[in-house]
Amino acid sequence: MLAQPPIISVSNLSKTYGSGFKALKGINLDIKRGEIFALLGPNGAGKTTLISIICGIANLSEGRVTVGGHDINSDYRAARSLIGLVPQELHTDSFETVWATVSFSRGLFGKPKNPAHIEKVLKDLSLWDKKDSKIITLSGGMKRRVMIAKALSHEPQILFLDEPTAGVDVELRKGMWDVVRGLQASGVTIILTTHYIQEAEEMADRIGVINKGEIILVEDKAGLMQKLGKKHLTLHLQQKIDAIPPALAPYKLQLSSDGRLLTYDYDTKGERTGITSLLSDLRNAGIHISDLDTTQSSLEDIFVSLVRAP
Amino acid sequence: MNYRAIRAIYLFEMARTWRTLLQSIVSPVVSTSLYFVVFGAAIGSRITEVEGVSYGTFIVPGLVMLSVLTQSIANASFGIYFPKFVGTIYEILSAPVSYIEIVIGYVGAAATKSIILGLIIMATAALFVPLHIHHPWWMLTFLVLTAVTFSLFGFIIGIWADGFEKLQMIPMLIVTPLTFLGGSFYSVNMLPSGWRTVTLLNPVVYLISGFRWSFYEIADVSVALSLGMTLGFLAICMVLVWWIFRTGYRLKN
Repeated sequence: MLAQPPIISVSNLSKTYGSGFKALKGINLDIKRGEIFALLGPNGAGKTTLISIICGIANLSEGRVTVGGHDINSDYRAARSLIGLVPQELHTDSFETVWATVSFSRGLFGKPKNPAHIEKVLKDLSLWDKKDSKIITLSGGMKRRVMIAKALSHEPQILFLDEPTAGVDVELRKGMWDVVRGLQASGVTIILTTHYIQEAEEMADRIGVINKGEIILVEDKAGLMQKLGKKHLTLHLQQKIDAIPPALAPYKLQLSSDGRLLTYDYDTKGERTGITSLLSDLRNAGIHISDLDTTQSSLEDIFVSLVRAP
Repeated sequence: MNYRAIRAIYLFEMARTWRTLLQSIVSPVVSTSLYFVVFGAAIGSRITEVEGVSYGTFIVPGLVMLSVLTQSIANASFGIYFPKFVGTIYEILSAPVSYIEIVIGYVGAAATKSIILGLIIMATAALFVPLHIHHPWWMLTFLVLTAVTFSLFGFIIGIWADGFEKLQMIPMLIVTPLTFLGGSFYSVNMLPSGWRTVTLLNPVVYLISGFRWSFYEIADVSVALSLGMTLGFLAICMVLVWWIFRTGYRLKN
């Protein structure tokens, strides 16, 4: 398959606020057409600033951004037409009806009226029976979906979801994931930011980690999991030990403070995990095991270790 | 030109007007009627003619202008300030619209509203005093120019304001006094010569004078000067709006 040009291309993007705060420092990032890209990062890392610049809400200080090949400054009309944005905060017009506000968004993006499309969007988001309700009467989860409906009203090719499931209950979150997958199936490129690592793990094709205004990692999710994914084997001992016998030193075991738990870290990608030899060496050293369990490090652990790194 | 976007913003703003009909149309009409009762009927009956017309008739153009000025500013400033305040401005900024389209949508709606209001007040005035308009087209020209100019001015205030207090400050502290002192209720010629010179520094004098001329062919200053001053203020507002969008002032930072 031929490599397609990226649908969004960010190069050397910097943003310095009036206060002198450097929110973004030389960001380079390409988003592939049709993927779900998750942007992870702690609070204040620059996620929202990056999205705001791409979508035209904030001015950039340096660098260049193209969307579908169109420069976001010189050709903003073409660039913005491709994008639907769902911001993090629930910004809605309280006194408008759902139907009116979604239709307004379509008009604002210069698209001719298409009640059938708006009906479909509202139905997909389970908002159809609320179409004549004023937004102020809706719950937080429904308002969130109204904002998604507004973003989808003009049939964008790219959808930005800034913390789409913040404050949304588990069931609704699952429902939203289904919506996002459905959109991807219809060819929409999706960029989401999230605090829920589980969400990125569940949804994303690729993951980018941003911290202190810099992209510190961009990787396929599977590759990332494999590259950094470690498993931990925890051994529950029958009798406590005071120290790890020198014979076991090559395994780099960790002994818990009460002397009853031994932890062994190993790579999932390694063909030889060393577990069998560890177990036989333990027996030779006279250490008996009452139980054992293994855990795989999640994206969360990977993320925490990346962001904590100096 | 993204005409659909202009239409969407315009209709959205007009819908807001109809939703708040009491506040946006009924209340200015009521307060203007009160002016007629107090100044026109009660006090005006003791005043002889001003420049050849009865006092009640004389104050009509000034009262219309008073409402058009204050309502244009109030409508337009609130129209753009509110999306900033609740955050819905994100959608306008991220949409494929140029700033000219945004301004036409918001300012057009605010001006439409104050023109309708001005016409309603004139109709109301006609119930109290005999009204004759000598130059209806000039009257409409001044009405539309003033509504558009001050809606633009209101739009600028709405972008500049970062709190409800600031939103009220300029209309309350500057525009209302200037309007009252701008000859709404008297002819500038009635003032002592020193005050007359001071008054001529007040831009509102030119608006009211020109507007009154279109009704009765009496004016404090020449019509050409009135028109020139109005257009000049319009130009200043346009330059300010252009600068705001060029720099992203209080919108994109």
